[in-house]
Amino acid sequence: MASDGTRPATGIAASTLRLRDLCAEAAAGIMQRPARSLLTAFGTVLGVGSFVAVLGLTATASSQIDGRFSSLGATEVTVEDNARQQNEFEDVAFPKDADERIRKLNGVDHAGVYFTVRLPQDTTVSSAPRSDATGSASRTKVVAASPGAVEAALPTLVQGRLYDYFAERTAAPVAVIGEGVAAPLGITTLDSFAAIFIGSEAFSVVGIVGDVQRKADLLLSVVVPRAAAERVWGAKNASEPRMLISTRLGAAQQIAGEAALALRPDHPEYFRAIAPPDARQLRTSVGSDLDQLFLLLAGICLVIGAVGIANTTLVAVLERTGEIGLRRALGARGRHVAGQFLAESGALGTLGGLLGTALGTLTVVAVALAREWTPVIHPATVTAAPVVGLATGLLAGLYPAVRASRIEPVDALGH
Amino acid sequence: MRPFPRRNRPTGAAPSVAAPTTAGAETVLEFRGVGRTYPGPPPVTALRAATLSVRRGDFVTVSGPSGSGKSTFLNIAGLLDTPTEGSCLLDGIDVGGLADADRTAVRGRRIGFVFQSFHLLPHRTAQENVELGMVYAGVPGRERAERASAALRDVGLGHRCAALPSRLSGGERQRVAIARALAVRPTLLLCDEPTGNLDSATADTVLTLLDELNDQGMTLVMITHDQAVAARGSRRVTIRDGALNEPTPVVAR
Repeated sequence: MASDGTRPATGIAASTLRLRDLCAEAAAGIMQRPARSLLTAFGTVLGVGSFVAVLGLTATASSQIDGRFSSLGATEVTVEDNARQQNEFEDVAFPKDADERIRKLNGVDHAGVYFTVRLPQDTTVSSAPRSDATGSASRTKVVAASPGAVEAALPTLVQGRLYDYFAERTAAPVAVIGEGVAAPLGITTLDSFAAIFIGSEAFSVVGIVGDVQRKADLLLSVVVPRAAAERVWGAKNASEPRMLISTRLGAAQQIAGEAALALRPDHPEYFRAIAPPDARQLRTSVGSDLDQLFLLLAGICLVIGAVGIANTTLVAVLERTGEIGLRRALGARGRHVAGQFLAESGALGTLGGLLGTALGTLTVVAVALAREWTPVIHPATVTAAPVVGLATGLLAGLYPAVRASRIEPVDALGH
Repeated sequence: MRPFPRRNRPTGAAPSVAAPTTAGAETVLEFRGVGRTYPGPPPVTALRAATLSVRRGDFVTVSGPSGSGKSTFLNIAGLLDTPTEGSCLLDGIDVGGLADADRTAVRGRRIGFVFQSFHLLPHRTAQENVELGMVYAGVPGRERAERASAALRDVGLGHRCAALPSRLSGGERQRVAIARALAVRPTLLLCDEPTGNLDSATADTVLTLLDELNDQGMTLVMITHDQAVAARGSRRVTIRDGALNEPTPVVAR
């Protein structure tokens, strides 16, 4: 105790209150009215609970966003061809060796040019030379794609194989078709060297694709080498030529910046590279939007909780005036009495904080389960939450505790 | 019953005692012209120039009508209030000039209070209530429990240790309160109307208990407005309009 040094020679040791006794007294104070204590702590439960839930849900949602971006979106770059808007004499701005130019860039897995072929009127796709009879799948889209573009779409083959750069170089009449196209055309197996006719042009089917991870419309298209398409229908009939680039993780942004210059150093302005949104940036923007609103609500809950604790503790101080007087008569100093009430309010706050942490965590897990997400709560959140409760309780108990310590034993004993 | 150890003046303090020590070694409580005036318009003098010397083993009763200054006397004797004039010595220590922290320490360790309204904590057992008296004196938990149950046995309540105050009769409650006061081994037992809330038969058992404690050497000061109760003391002091008066000369028993 502070007064030890200046103690007059009373020879009597100062009053003490051991930490253990302080805790026991505080616990007894809380337990003598359990229902009231729980109700008092309720505000803190809500405040801390929403605090944990908000931070947990934000973390869970962000990790979900991260997950989506890392798998496919973050590694996909599309380069658009705007040449025709700037120069009407340009057909396809992509050079013949576009794939190779881009593939040389560091961080590129696959790259290729693709476009939809504008077919002449009444051109049909069929499995027989005379299409008039069958008429089925007549409006099937024909897509010209260099081998790199097909690979960049990450296809899963059901039968056969993809065409390669040999086919591209030689403008070979080969085609890869989606499973959805194969069935209506009556192509079930490639063992019989199936062929399809686009108008009057024959293409041998080398592969049937069951699934693609990018450019899902390829599944409903006939995909032919770019050179073959340009040979048969001419570059003029290329609609919306684009380049699909599949990059390694983290390289997308850089490649998007380099692609135009690598493709046409003479006319980089002909291209517009579309990079995926920066995952990190997106996460923080999503996070901060949610955070700010809900943390404000959590803060309001905490304030309400604190006011509740302050109110109840103040009422308890007034109710227990006699007890305070007795304790002072038994040798308790004002600070011991203050400490007792502070410990009670602090314990109530911590109790509320712990319950709130549990409820908040349960909420995050429940929401994550319902959405089939992975629940993510930062360890710091779970550690900090009960401390926030404790701080709330202590802050709320400050004024009542000071009031209690100032009660004169003479007045409190009532005689 | 267990005899209460007679406590000599603290030996550790003897060489450097700041307070005057003209009182005899066996004087427990000494009032030297103690007065208490409450400020504020108009100032009220509740106790004027009281002089009293309580020796070890005395059973002093202080009686007087309500408003006579009994409570002021009790508050000053119990170190709950400080005199505005004169000096008050407890165990030779001038308590009037002590800082609040020291006064609190002396109060907690040297004075046992017994109140009219018992002042037991309602949610604690008799045992826990008695232990409370030793919490602020820093008595370790195990020793506290032993001393509490011993004190309860001393007042004849060894079998009611686990009872809540609401399960106890008025007389039993007051005996728990007495046990609480005794457990800290005070030099002075200060009783404020200890039988005021009890019927006469129960009051008698409590007074008999106090008599027995006095016989074992405990020093008692009892405040009462009841003349019959006041007659139980070995010394009778009256108080009227703030003036303390001891009618008959002291005859030590």
